[in-house]
Amino acid sequence: MEIGARFKPGDRVRVRSGNPPGHIRTPAYIRGKTGRVEAVQGLFRNPESLAFGGEGLPRQPLYFVGFNQSEVWGRYDGSPLDTLRVDIYEHWLEPA
Amino acid sequence: MRAVHDRGGWPGAGPIDRSEHHLEDWERRTDAMVQLLASPDKRVIRVDEMRRAIESLPPEQYESFPYYGKWLSGIEILMVEKKILTREEIDRKVAELEKCGR
Repeated sequence: MEIGARFKPGDRVRVRSGNPPGHIRTPAYIRGKTGRVEAVQGLFRNPESLAFGGEGLPRQPLYFVGFNQSEVWGRYDGSPLDTLRVDIYEHWLEPA
Repeated sequence: MRAVHDRGGWPGAGPIDRSEHHLEDWERRTDAMVQLLASPDKRVIRVDEMRRAIESLPPEQYESFPYYGKWLSGIEILMVEKKILTREEIDRKVAELEKCGR
């Protein structure tokens, strides 16, 4: 869809693990989890660079990624059909 | 270790207080300052820098400061970092205002 977007809706993706220093928009609870791309949101300046006075370029594809709640949390009491959706920048995703 | 602002799934945090409260003048002024500093024609700061500055607060301050208290601290951190104000200038002005009983 977007120029340079590595993934497309329907692709299985894994969120990168780790806790690099700096400003990160990928919440800790979702790192290392596997989900499915639901939409490509577009290209946006990288907030991890903007946060330190940079220009945030090149723009990064941002994805709307869906996860099963029961896979995200060790103990989840809700319905197994419950999902969670998170906006995640491309450099935090790898193919799964 | 997880940073203090990264709250999703934080154990024992309890439900979020969603009640509205009356905004004090200093809270409105703080909001206005950030709007102005981050406005596209000024762009002295970016909101991403504000977030990063607030995330850098010591955890005990992050936990105890009210919402706009965190914003105020974020502005101070960025003004000092960008050499627009010095810490001494800010402290001197605060002392001056306290003396006036304001």
